[in-house]
Amino acid sequence: MCYALPAKRKLNMEPKRSYTNAMKKRVITLLLAAALTVALCACGGGQSSQTAQPTPADDQTAGNTGSTGEAADGGELTVGIAADLDSSLDPHVSSSSAGTREVLFNIYEGLVKPDTQGNLVPAVAEGYTANDTADQYTFTLREGVRFHDGSEVTAGDVVYSLSRAAGLETGEPLMSTLSGIASVEATDDKTVVVTLSAPDVEFPAYMTAAIIPEGSDPADGIIGTGPFKYVSRSPQENIVMERFDDYWGEKAQCAKVTFKVIEDGQTMVMSLRSGAIDLAAHLEASQVAELTDLTVQEGSMNLVQAVYLNNAQPPFDDIRVRQALCYAIDKQQVIDLAGDGHGTPVGSSMYPAFGRFFDAELVDYYQPDTAKALELLAEAGYDKDHPLEFTIIVPSNYTPHVDAAQVVVNLLDLLDGVVKAQIQQVEWATWYSDVYQGRQFEATVCGMDASTLTGSAMLARFVSDNAKNFIGFENADYDAAYAAALADGSKLVESFDACQQILAQQAANVYIQDLAEFVVMQPNVSGYRFYPLYVMDLACVAKTA
Amino acid sequence: MLVTLLLISLLAFLAFQIIPADPVTKLLGTDYTPERAAALRHELGLDRNVLVRYLDWLTGFVTGDLGVSYSYGMSVSAVMEGKGAVTAALSLMAWLLVIAISVPLGITLARWQGRRLDRVFVAMNQVFMAIPPFFLGILFTYIFGMVLKLFVPGGSILPEESLGGFFGYLIFPALAIAIPKAAMVTKLLRSSILNQMQENYVRTAYSRGNSRWGVIRLHVLRNAILPVVTFVAMTLADIVAGSIIVEQVFALPGLGRLLLASIGNRDYPVVQCIVVIIAAVVVFMNYLADVVTQTIDPRVRLG
Repeated sequence: MCYALPAKRKLNMEPKRSYTNAMKKRVITLLLAAALTVALCACGGGQSSQTAQPTPADDQTAGNTGSTGEAADGGELTVGIAADLDSSLDPHVSSSSAGTREVLFNIYEGLVKPDTQGNLVPAVAEGYTANDTADQYTFTLREGVRFHDGSEVTAGDVVYSLSRAAGLETGEPLMSTLSGIASVEATDDKTVVVTLSAPDVEFPAYMTAAIIPEGSDPADGIIGTGPFKYVSRSPQENIVMERFDDYWGEKAQCAKVTFKVIEDGQTMVMSLRSGAIDLAAHLEASQVAELTDLTVQEGSMNLVQAVYLNNAQPPFDDIRVRQALCYAIDKQQVIDLAGDGHGTPVGSSMYPAFGRFFDAELVDYYQPDTAKALELLAEAGYDKDHPLEFTIIVPSNYTPHVDAAQVVVNLLDLLDGVVKAQIQQVEWATWYSDVYQGRQFEATVCGMDASTLTGSAMLARFVSDNAKNFIGFENADYDAAYAAALADGSKLVESFDACQQILAQQAANVYIQDLAEFVVMQPNVSGYRFYPLYVMDLACVAKTA
Repeated sequence: MLVTLLLISLLAFLAFQIIPADPVTKLLGTDYTPERAAALRHELGLDRNVLVRYLDWLTGFVTGDLGVSYSYGMSVSAVMEGKGAVTAALSLMAWLLVIAISVPLGITLARWQGRRLDRVFVAMNQVFMAIPPFFLGILFTYIFGMVLKLFVPGGSILPEESLGGFFGYLIFPALAIAIPKAAMVTKLLRSSILNQMQENYVRTAYSRGNSRWGVIRLHVLRNAILPVVTFVAMTLADIVAGSIIVEQVFALPGLGRLLLASIGNRDYPVVQCIVVIIAAVVVFMNYLADVVTQTIDPRVRLG
């Protein structure tokens, strides 16, 4: 019955009062109807369970026991994913969504790959060396690494893959992170030399770019070197992959993994409870509360959730207004109210899993202080008669962001009516085109994640002329600090720290938190490991009978 | 009929011109630059005039080429493969359930008009008519799935895995769609019979010594069923459209889920195709209702 009610605690913050009331009435009517139906259904249902007809449920359990019969090798795993994968499973198309990347992580590998601690470990390459100026890297390939089609990985494959991803022939890099590559050469069968057009000490992190067979096109067949090989996909339904038995490293535990597309959050929870799926990641606190008899692991989403402000347009082109918001919005309140207390506060564009780059001191850069916020707003010319009015646009399919935005509006209401913020929920595609690409917004709540474990992944977007700088942040000191970081490896941490400090001082955005996320598994599933990146490593997940 | 379909497909096509964002937005994601967008638009042919694109699509559709999905990169027919069958099976099953429930129930209630059973059902009917199918779906999932464990919620079975299992899983979603509709048909049939009972020919029939049941069965039913047939035919169209929501609740891989996802992705070719299919079902069922009515009642002539 609990499903009929909004699972999340709703703050009574709906912009339209009448709407809320109408909803209440409707809920009550529904409940009344439900009460009647329950009474009826319970009678009917009791009978049929006594007669114990063969039901689909029985068929299903029979099927399951059949598959777990092979549990000696880890069994077959069904994983729920909240969105279907992108059209193209081309690993070099960097515009692919995080959901696609996390699945492909199991199929493709680069010369190096990240481990659970965020270190780069050798994969297709055995190791690498850099020259003194950090603009040339030499990779030595591992012996006996095979593609899923059985052929062995050669230097030619690596040169082809990197040239393709860096767009050396077309002049248009498929992966923007590889735009710095000037040339890729094989000096012998097992050695590849990559030359950059400018020094970049973070370059090895980009070598997680997938290695594919020479001359192949992922549109014609998905062939990688990872622990799983691709089998099939059915749009809006599933993606199937099988264990690759010739994998060079530790073989995957499960013989087969099926990703099932379940877009509705409530259906996902239901499927976990019913046992239709074995594992689901990226769940929220409210969803997990219903799943008491399953294994729940808490991790973090590895992103920076913030109220991103359009620095290029009024009212947020005024630093006093931005700072006022930073003082007014208490991160801990947002975490407590919107995330049931789960979540890690952040103070700049970096999340804790980055380890050495993360500057924990910035978290408290702005102590919650309503008086100070009002003072700054008064300086900027806002008072009760001339309130600061703006709209927060939120993608409606991301509950954590919608909820956070509601708490934010709540907190801003406490400023004696000087700030009047309202929420506008838009569909994801609209958010993309209007806010992210079109930059037509005042404020938005969303999360920014990193595709590689480099400081650049989180910080490059705030460089003045960066194409992804959707908040229109412009600061010469920031640009200089960022350039310094890439040029000199010995000062990498300091320079990136300087960047983070500038973002905090300038109050570029109102930084809130790294969201908590939960992975839920059936009791017979084990071995899930969190990464500091948005990936889902299923090779070490095992399922017992 | 064809004009209606043509008009609907044109409207669906134009609707996408009005709403914000286009397929390019979604395809490029965070790597969006105006240059890339322009190049991709050109590649997909989106930079051409709307009417040119519509005519292009129409010619393809008529010749059996449904186009290529933007978000899956494969032909629309490949994307829809197997999904139509799920929706068709679900809708048909729900429709048969509507008939199986409402016809006997409607007749029985009319026969026992004013008795306790009739009074209880008439009151309950209002409730059932008011429950939206998605809500019944949630309720069923909880009661029959979680508590009684009659089926595994979210564990839909494909027809190629097990045909019995496939239909077995569809029972509860079909029931969720069928119940509100069945309540409406029952009400309609009951009142239609009771209306006919006021007619003069009924008095004549009684005078010939028929029992109440005999009168209903032999004389009234044929007349009373007329408005119901039209309505039942139209419900199938309604059910097909309504299954979109119920497919979400039961995690069924049908056209409905594909449609919603494709609208989100701005995948016009897929949306266009599904809209035309659903519209065709509605138009065709409407036509069929006319034909059936005419067969039962020769006075009705098709225009």
